[in-house]
Amino acid sequence: MELLSFGDTGWGDELFFATLMTIAVSITAMAIGFIFALIFTPLKLSKNKTLNVIGNCYTTLIRGVPELLVIYLLFFGGTGAAMYVASIFGHDGYIEINAFITGALAIGIISGAYSTEVFRGAILSIDKGQFEASKVLGIKKYIQFYKIILPQMLRLSIPNLSNVWQITLKDTSLISVTGLVEIMRQSYIAAGSTRDPLFFYSVAAVLYLMLTFLSMKLINKLEIKYSKGY
Amino acid sequence: MISIFPSLLSGAVITLQLLVSSMFFGLIIGLIFAILRINKNPIINKFAYGYSYFFRGTPLLVQLYLIYYGLANIEFLRNSFFWVIIKEPYWCAIIAFSLNTGAYTSEILRSAFQTIKKGYIEAAQSLGVTKKITFYRIQLPIAIKQSLPAYGNEIILMLKGTSLASVITIMDLMGEARKVNVLTFKPFEAFITAGIIYLFITFIIHNIIKYLEKKYGFQT
Repeated sequence: MELLSFGDTGWGDELFFATLMTIAVSITAMAIGFIFALIFTPLKLSKNKTLNVIGNCYTTLIRGVPELLVIYLLFFGGTGAAMYVASIFGHDGYIEINAFITGALAIGIISGAYSTEVFRGAILSIDKGQFEASKVLGIKKYIQFYKIILPQMLRLSIPNLSNVWQITLKDTSLISVTGLVEIMRQSYIAAGSTRDPLFFYSVAAVLYLMLTFLSMKLINKLEIKYSKGY
Repeated sequence: MISIFPSLLSGAVITLQLLVSSMFFGLIIGLIFAILRINKNPIINKFAYGYSYFFRGTPLLVQLYLIYYGLANIEFLRNSFFWVIIKEPYWCAIIAFSLNTGAYTSEILRSAFQTIKKGYIEAAQSLGVTKKITFYRIQLPIAIKQSLPAYGNEIILMLKGTSLASVITIMDLMGEARKVNVLTFKPFEAFITAGIIYLFITFIIHNIIKYLEKKYGFQT
């Protein structure tokens, strides 16, 4: 137990900050995913064939390849791409992109693909009469989206988004391979220096279980709150 | 790009081996735990729930590390004959993947068991069919048919999960792609080619499941 104490002798404070890092990466990734989803959901639902193909390509490609591959591609490829862009502007030298940004972006792209599917399903389950009614009332397209479709879409997608959140939270453990110090990486370091992998990976498992458990409780509350009146 | 293809394909073979063996063991584990989950005994029930909660609530990477690095830490296991198995990263990966997919499979099968219409079981009872035969001839086939679409998703998730084997030194498709990247400093070629192979495998699995669904799918 003294291995988990706070301060110089234990790993408690390191693991605590690592947990905060995991939460921060997960929330950032989820937010990036929302942005991707809000861009690609209209494309998937669009009647234009080309836009449709773009939207479908995004979700199919991302959901068909391993998460680790996306992370490696961004981590190794991103550095090369950034250096290439910099060399055009006359800057020669090694550029390293922040592990937090690449990690959050990679996980965000993945969670965005799942969120897109969730949003698409939610919009499709909104009654068609509402679209027609707003058209008849002469409501502009973007007002219709922001005031009528979006609020309902969000409410309908809360249960499925909670699944996406769980997937995102667990996927952040993969960022550890790029060196970002989150729960997994910190346990790896601690396990390496104390030669007690069983203990530290068990602690990591418990921390992840705690995070998933707490977020489930929170999301259930949200669900009850927003389904009032239905 | 062509020159890296053979090594990636040899990695893909390992990936498929990992996938097939972990799906096989995972199905058996999943079936056992699904049956335990619908058991009315609260202790057995809670145990099965705890198993699936743990393996669904923690990342696969943690489970893999726990088994690969963690189990080797236990003196007693190291001296037993299990050591032959857990010293090999390949078997550790299969154990971790099987336990993980077993948890998800047990949930899929459990929900399939629970959505079977009560009428079927009542009808069997009133016809005097024994409990055992009801289970094997009525409940199990219906549950398997009903869970086909969800199980197809699980196979694809597991295919993506096998890429984690590369972090414990197994040269699967992902491992080979990493090696190519390190040797040639061409991350885009290495990882995009690997991605195409993964997509191809996903595509084939997707179509097989679609075919099976069409052929054996459950119509209510």
